[in-house]
Amino acid sequence: MTTVFKKTPVLTDTVMHYCPGCGHGIVHRLVAEVIEELGIQDRTIGFVPVGCAVFGYKYFAVDCVEAAHGRAPAAATGCKRVNPNNVVFTYQGDGDLASIGAAEIVHAAHRGEKITTIFINNAIYGMTGGQMAPTTLVGQKTTTSPYGRDPEHCGKPLRVAEMIATIEGAAYVERVSVDSVPNIIKAKAAIKKAFQCQLDGKGFALVEVLSSCPTNWGKSPAEAMDWIKSDMIPYYPLGVKKDRTNE
Amino acid sequence: MVSKVTIDENRCKGCGLCVRACPKKIMQLSKTKLNEKGYHPAEVIDQGACIACASCARTCPDAVITVEKE
Ligand SMILES: Cc1ncc(C[n+]2csc(CCOP(=O)(O)OP(=O)(O)O)c2C)c(N)n1
Ligand code: SF4
Ligand code: SF4
Ligand code: SF4
Ligand SMILES: [Mg+2]
Repeated sequence: MTTVFKKTPVLTDTVMHYCPGCGHGIVHRLVAEVIEELGIQDRTIGFVPVGCAVFGYKYFAVDCVEAAHGRAPAAATGCKRVNPNNVVFTYQGDGDLASIGAAEIVHAAHRGEKITTIFINNAIYGMTGGQMAPTTLVGQKTTTSPYGRDPEHCGKPLRVAEMIATIEGAAYVERVSVDSVPNIIKAKAAIKKAFQCQLDGKGFALVEVLSSCPTNWGKSPAEAMDWIKSDMIPYYPLGVKKDRTNE
Repeated sequence: MVSKVTIDENRCKGCGLCVRACPKKIMQLSKTKLNEKGYHPAEVIDQGACIACASCARTCPDAVITVEKE
């Protein structure tokens, strides 16, 4: 028998605390598989967020730092500059990156920090019980938008990948999704490219991943994946937003 | 094709995403078993029909599926 698929050793054996069917688990695995394939496990340092991925340091079999809410890009900047041989990534949710940490991510990209950011857009604050995020869709019901997000009151959802792509220091930006197996395969390729961008010293790289939060969306895991396809992707188009890795 | 799908039952959360992803429709959540966590774990009901595509494993958020083939 030959092995077609098995869990990567860059994920620890600790059982993840995520709800059944949560997209975070899929993205963790993709990041870990990329680290394994690039042979960088011994020099990679992860910066995990405040949000549901707060225990990421228990799941990635690499050194990790737990950053203050939204500040992972700032902390990662220091780590990367002190030892440029380290491969440094941040893993951040949409509350973490697009709300409280909006300044940190913009300026990390602006400075062209040679770090890799994995940005989990699940259109909600998962950890705290389902409040509206900057990425919550118009009309989407959350605990703080019980009648649905009203754009008159809260504006329209922020497209982070497009925004970051406008920044000169950003070398590679792509939006992907984990709603289906083909999209999961594409998501992994994008994450790999974003790490390769750092290894090649090209500049800041960000991959936005459309991911599910079945619990706070009030959907089954399968319905939540279907909702990414039917509701999120039309507003958040997938694809490469910027690629300067060949320059 | 001879293939083997192994599910680490006690780590499975019964989310059903593997069932959704399997192109051969040969997976289900167990109707009889409960695991240590109290979930109905996933199982393969017709291993002979499996094409070892690993779609189930690639979508599993808890990385509990191993796929082998001859
Ligand atoms: C300084 C500070 N402000 C607010 C909070 C409360 N808080 C914890 S997680 C979170 C947002 C989580 O949402 P997101 O980043 O989208 O992560 P998810 O859980 O959806 O993956 C907030 C506001 C906090 N822990 N620290
Ligand atoms: S609350 Fe949502 S994002 Fe958090 S673990 Fe549960 S499903 Fe995942
Ligand atoms: S390997 Fe493919 S065919 Fe076999 S059970 Fe998994 S998804 Fe179904
Ligand atoms: S995808 Fe994984 S956790 Fe979910 S039911 Fe299948 S084996 Fe269990
Ligand atoms: Mg979120």
